[in-house]
Formats: sequence, C-alpha cells, structure tokens
Amino acid sequence: MSAIAVRNLFLSYRKTLILQSISLQVEPGEFFMIIGPNGAGKTSLLKAMAHLIPTDKGNIKILGRLQSDYSKRQLAQVAAMVPQQVTTDFPFTVEETVLMGRSPHLGMFAIESKEDIAITRQAMEFTDVAHLADRKLDQISGGERQRVIIARAICQQPKIILLDEPTAALDPSHQLKIMDLMERLRKDQQITIIMVSHDLNLAGMYGHRLLLLKDGKIEKTGTPEEVLTQEQLTSSYCCTLFVDKNPLTKKPRVNLVPEK
Amino acid sequence: MTFTKKLFITILLLSIALIFSAMLGLTSGSSGGITEVFKMIRGEGDPTLSVIIWQIRLPRVILAATVGASLSLGGLVFQALLRNPLAEPYILGVSGGSAVGAIGGMLLGFSLFPGVTLSSFAGSMMTLLLVLGLSSGQMGLRKDSLLLGGVMVNAFYSAIITFLISLSQQTSQIHHILFWLMGDFSMMSTDQWPLLLPVIPCFLVIASHARPMNLLLLGEESAATMGVDIKKVRLILLVTTSLMVSLVVCQSGLVGFVGLTIPHIFRMILGSDHRILIPASILGGGSYLIICDLLARTITSSGEMPVGIITAMVGAPLFIFLLWRSQR
Repeated sequence: MSAIAVRNLFLSYRKTLILQSISLQVEPGEFFMIIGPNGAGKTSLLKAMAHLIPTDKGNIKILGRLQSDYSKRQLAQVAAMVPQQVTTDFPFTVEETVLMGRSPHLGMFAIESKEDIAITRQAMEFTDVAHLADRKLDQISGGERQRVIIARAICQQPKIILLDEPTAALDPSHQLKIMDLMERLRKDQQITIIMVSHDLNLAGMYGHRLLLLKDGKIEKTGTPEEVLTQEQLTSSYCCTLFVDKNPLTKKPRVNLVPEK
Repeated sequence: MTFTKKLFITILLLSIALIFSAMLGLTSGSSGGITEVFKMIRGEGDPTLSVIIWQIRLPRVILAATVGASLSLGGLVFQALLRNPLAEPYILGVSGGSAVGAIGGMLLGFSLFPGVTLSSFAGSMMTLLLVLGLSSGQMGLRKDSLLLGGVMVNAFYSAIITFLISLSQQTSQIHHILFWLMGDFSMMSTDQWPLLLPVIPCFLVIASHARPMNLLLLGEESAATMGVDIKKVRLILLVTTSLMVSLVVCQSGLVGFVGLTIPHIFRMILGSDHRILIPASILGGGSYLIICDLLARTITSSGEMPVGIITAMVGAPLFIFLLWRSQR
C-alpha cells in the first residue's frame, strides 16, 4: 500500500490549468522530493495532497483510502504539513505552538493530558527548540521557527509529513539541520517525507526519488541519478546547468553556469 | 503554571472583579449606598430606594455587563477570524449595520421581538459580508482595505441613522440620535432584559470553538492541516458573532472600541490562548462596561452622557497606538 497515490490529477485555479494528468506513488518510509522551475505547480501539488485546495479531476489516495473519505480531523491524524511560513501577528509561545499539534487527537473541550505534554516535550527536544519553550514565536529566528513548526508536525504523530520549501530562507547550517532532522524522522519512525524544494543539490543528497515538474506536467520521475542529468535540467530550467558528481556524497551535483 | 490552574485563577479573579463592579454600579449614584443594599436584602430598606436600585440600576448593570461581554467577545472573534488585531464590531461597521437594521425595523412598525431583532441581525450580517467582500483580494483579506471599508461603512451608517431618526416624528430626537450613535443604557427597563438572554447560547457556541480559533491565528492553511474545517468554523463564528452583536446593539446603540480594548489588554497579560481569552473577555468586558457606564452617569453633575464617549476616549487612542505599532 502506498503512502500517497495520485491518479490522473487535474487542477486549475481561476480557469488556469495548474496541474495536468499527474500520477505518482510515494511508498511508506520514502524521502520524496518535488522539484521544478518557478510556477511549475509544485506547491499546488503539495497542497492538493494535503487536501487544502480542490481538484478538478482524478483522485488522491492516502494510505490506500480516498482523500475525500477522510474527515479533516482524520486526515490531520495521518498527514502533517509544514507550510512555507506561518503568520505571527498574534504570537504564541513556542510550547503553545507545538502543543497545537495535538489538536487533531483532542476533543472540543479536552485539555491536553500529561501524555500530550510529554509528546510535545519530546518533539521540541527532537528538533532542538526545547530551550525556547517560553519564547514568543516572533522573538526567535527563521530557522528556529521552522523547527518549531516541524516539532508541531511531529506532535500530530502523522505517517506522512509534507513540507513546502522548508529551507528556502535559511543559511546552510540551518538547511542541513532541517534536512538531517527529516532524514532521522524517516529512519527512526518510518515517516514518509514529501518535500518541495528549490535546492537541487539538497534534493539530490537526501531524496530517494525526485519528481521534476514543469508547467504543471511531470517531466521526469526517478532516482537523483536519473533525474538530475545535465540534458534534463538544462531543458527543464531553460538555462545551462553543469552536472558532475559530488566527490564526498557520490550524488549528482548541480552547478550553475554563467551565461557569459 | 499549568493551563488548568491559569484558567481557574483567571476566571476566579475576573468573577470577583465582575461582582465588585456590579455592586459598585448598583450602589453608586445620587442615593443608596452599600449599606442600603444590604438592608434591602434583609428586607428593611426604604421602598423608594428599593425601586431605584432593583428597577432602574439592576437592569442597567445587567445590560452594561451583557453588552460589554458580547462586544469584547465579538472583537476577539473578529480578530482571530480575520487575523487582524484592529478588527472589532464597531470598527468593521457591523454594529452600525445592526443599528440601521434595528431602526429600519422600528420605522416599519415591527415588534421588538422578533421583528426588530431579526432586521438588526440582517443589517449586521449584510454589513459583514459587504466589508469582507470589499477587502478580499487574491491573497486573502487585505488589512488596510478592511479597516478603510469599515470606516466608510460607519460614516455612511451614521448619516443614515441620523437621517432616519430625523424623519420620524419622535420627540427628543437629539437624545435618540445620541443613543444610537454613542450608546446609552438609560432606557433599559426590567421587561426588556429577557431579550438579551439569547447571547448566552452565542457565548457557548463561541467558547466551543476556542481551539480552532487558536489554530486559525497561525494561518488558515496551517489550521486546515491540523483538522480544522475552515469554511464551517468561519461560517458558524461569523453568524454567531453577528447575531450576538445585533442583540446587544438593539438594546444599547453603538458602543465602540470595547472589542478592541478588552481583548488587547487580556492578550498582553494572558497570552494568545483563546481557551483563556474567551472567558476573560466575557467577564472582563462585563466589568469594564459597568465601570464605564458608572463613570458616564456620575462624572458630570449636570446629568449623564452616552457611555460610548467613555469607551471611545479609552479605545480610540489604543487603536492609534496599535496601528502605529503594526506599521513599524
């Protein structure tokens, strides 16, 4: 049974076709990367998987069951999402934010139990934000905030975590920290990771399989070695990209080539 | 401090504050001190004083507490739902819509219940949809146009209210106009207060959505991925809040800025958790407006003024401060 199976998916927004005939399968425990140029429909695909936007045609199965058969709550118990950014107009503390991850498991008036608090503590320690527990969300750095949101996702105890460019605004050390975190989650708890990324090198380094999206269509799916080839990338991104092998990780390495 | 303890202490302290301000509201004025009230409870008080306290001041205190609680809660809900710290029933024009609806209903000769109540609810709901429609762009709600829309709708409604009341052949028109534009609790009588009872189920409905409101503060998509049915929650909260606001506006006219002042004070002290903010706003909003009304009727010796003057003198500077802070 696949973690997520998308079949012949079509999606449009304000009469513009965003995604067409998308079919893919992600296996449990897989680290799956979605890459592609700007406006390719990566985020839309991720949001469709999280049931955040309506689709026109096709279907999505989560753990073998049609997405539409899940209630919002049930879906939140199996799939968590880490958005590009969260608003901090009304700042909660770090601990309050992480604790919110328990809500899909709690009733309307229920108050978090000792167990919920323990799960929250664990998640905060796992993502290394426990020392920030009482700080407000707008008083911590972008990298820290991203790790708080990941801790919240862990608190949902999902089978699948969807991430939308979690490393976009982060410096290299924080980028690595986030990627390593996700890899550890996958390995220790067999959580399926699906991530949209602009960073082709990170995608190649951590992803088991990559999906290359362009203009709403799948250009290529496969291992990093199969997708990150010079011909493929140069044609998909419409610019010259030079691909060699990273001497350290033995994974494909994508280099930018200046026009002149 | 654990959550339960914090909730308990908050409710306890604010209940004491509410009882204290209610006592103050009952006993302050031209006659009848606290000792008189206790005498009356024992059944040995002066009968004239008894009438003043139980037939005039008590309904007034109940009205002030209900209006304060409802408007504070209304502000809290709008702020969470629109993720805009400056949203509030009066500023958004929702209160104004209720008032126009209520006056329209009265001019058409509807009975106070259910006719006027329903036309007032229709007015608030339509205004809310209008202001939301005006300010929703491609990227969701735009903050500045939400406020600008509210200000313009308010200006328009003030004109309509003044116009409609001038048309009617009532005596003491100026008093009526002031009542509707600045809020006034002096016309409350004992037979009217059952009309306020429906706000209690509204409180309960809103309180049962405390957790979704928390989740909404981090963004709608974020809330949706944590199991909140956004469309359903938004619909329930908007309708319930409009109903609650229109119920109190029918009885008190336009009292502005309460929904801004109270939630912000409590957010500063207690944090952003709605499971605490909701009971705090209900109890604290109630006390606040009892005190404001007390000031409005005792501050000048020559007679009383509309309570909306006091709430605006406190609330408008706070609004300006919050606006200034959010622009930085």
